[in-house]
Amino acid sequence: MKANVDIAIIGAGPAGLAAARTAARSGLRIALVDDNPQAGGQVWRQGPGVAAASALRNTRPDWIGSPNVTHYASARVSAFASPCEMIVDAQTHGGVSLSFAQLIIASGARERLLPFSGWTLPGVTGAGGVQALIKGGMPVRGERIVLAGSGPLLIAALATARAAGAHVAAVVEQAPWAALLQFGLSLGATPSKAWQAIRLTRGFAGTRYWPGSVVHKALGDGRVEAVVIRRGERVVTLECDRIACGYGLVPNVALAQALGCVLADGAIHIDETQRTSVSGVWAAGECTGIGGMELARAEGEIAGLSASGQRVPIDLLRTRDRWRRFAQRVARSFELREQARIGPSPETILCRCEDVPFGDVAAYATWRDAKLHTRCGMGPCQGRVCGAAAQTYFGWDAATPRPPLVPTRIGALMEARSDTQAGPDARL
Amino acid sequence: MTLEYKPEQERIEVTIDGVPIEVASQTTVVAAVFRLYGIRGTRTSVSGQPRAAFCGMGVCHECRMTIDARAHVLACQTICRDGMDIRTEGGLS
Repeated sequence: MKANVDIAIIGAGPAGLAAARTAARSGLRIALVDDNPQAGGQVWRQGPGVAAASALRNTRPDWIGSPNVTHYASARVSAFASPCEMIVDAQTHGGVSLSFAQLIIASGARERLLPFSGWTLPGVTGAGGVQALIKGGMPVRGERIVLAGSGPLLIAALATARAAGAHVAAVVEQAPWAALLQFGLSLGATPSKAWQAIRLTRGFAGTRYWPGSVVHKALGDGRVEAVVIRRGERVVTLECDRIACGYGLVPNVALAQALGCVLADGAIHIDETQRTSVSGVWAAGECTGIGGMELARAEGEIAGLSASGQRVPIDLLRTRDRWRRFAQRVARSFELREQARIGPSPETILCRCEDVPFGDVAAYATWRDAKLHTRCGMGPCQGRVCGAAAQTYFGWDAATPRPPLVPTRIGALMEARSDTQAGPDARL
Repeated sequence: MTLEYKPEQERIEVTIDGVPIEVASQTTVVAAVFRLYGIRGTRTSVSGQPRAAFCGMGVCHECRMTIDARAHVLACQTICRDGMDIRTEGGLS
């Protein structure tokens, strides 16, 4: 199937939805392409027993049912056939060749998942990962969970795990007390965040919260049975059923890289109006730098207005800048300390797709050399997990990805080449 | 971030490795599989290790399964539909 729109937006989280909402007002034809079955991104995830967040409910009427907006759900971008045409494999539409005049990338971020001995055991997940799984209906009632890694996401995961009836045995945070205290005091500058922190940490006193600590090892036969934690010089072992560990977030930049957009500090580089270095391509939200939902939403609104030729109110730019300052405070407080940057033992698997040990990869000088000699980063995830880990340990920049950007059905590529135009049934 | 729990849920039935199981509508395939098996592997890695859902959000591909005869579908990004046939890819320990 072929389709043609004025503005294509990749990602239906807070940034992509805000962009769709503001751009839709222009009357231009818009396509919203998202890999999840339901809009909302990670932060507004729905599931059984989890209704849509009110922020998502409030934004939805603006674009659902809007005749000029088409939502491609469960749709993955496989390649850019040209700078203004992408090949998408969508569950509801099959393979689609989508042509566009303007593109807004709102591809969000993923967790920084760092390897430790035993991290491949069933029962080990990301911290945001366990939250997503629980919201999707995974039962955790009565399970003992250790949350670990770094950042405000651990607190959000704690609240979700508790609400679902899990026993959170400990929260293991790599940042030291001093940094956390400073961060807590700085919340006064953003009262809504201070309230959120208070709400999420209610009853916190009953939980072991261990700053300055990292997960060292997962133990178990066929599944997680215990975790070994390093607390400075001390080593503590806790029995548990799950370890949910994520060291903050990393921007998803593969799509922007494929188009040749310039990156800065691992994120898509943008100007004041959210424009990237490539003409006709805009970016908004955490793919331009980690900053949370409020910043993503402001950036999305700006990108939607700019890409559709509407005026951007000065207040909106000020809102964005205020949340950018908040994002900087978060980044400073939860910056990865040395304890978290020490690699795992040489025999620990780094690349989970190809089962390549850390030591094998560490023997090479560049990501490209390591890939060519060990196959690390060459499996189905295309280095999205081990590439971010290698970047953390060795400072290697991820190489420009080659199409297909995600595993793609041959049938989808053929369907995208067929000449049928998108009919009215392709609309929401 | 606030979870707003819905009071009533419609139930649907899916089949996992030939075993029928009832789940609430909107349940993801990966959650249904955990509901049936508990914590254990659902596929085998290239060196023979059991693996299960890891990232939970469509990045790592560890949760891939055969769903309605289509291979390598990400179970964490697929919502159960009534009558769905789900096959895990080994790794059960």
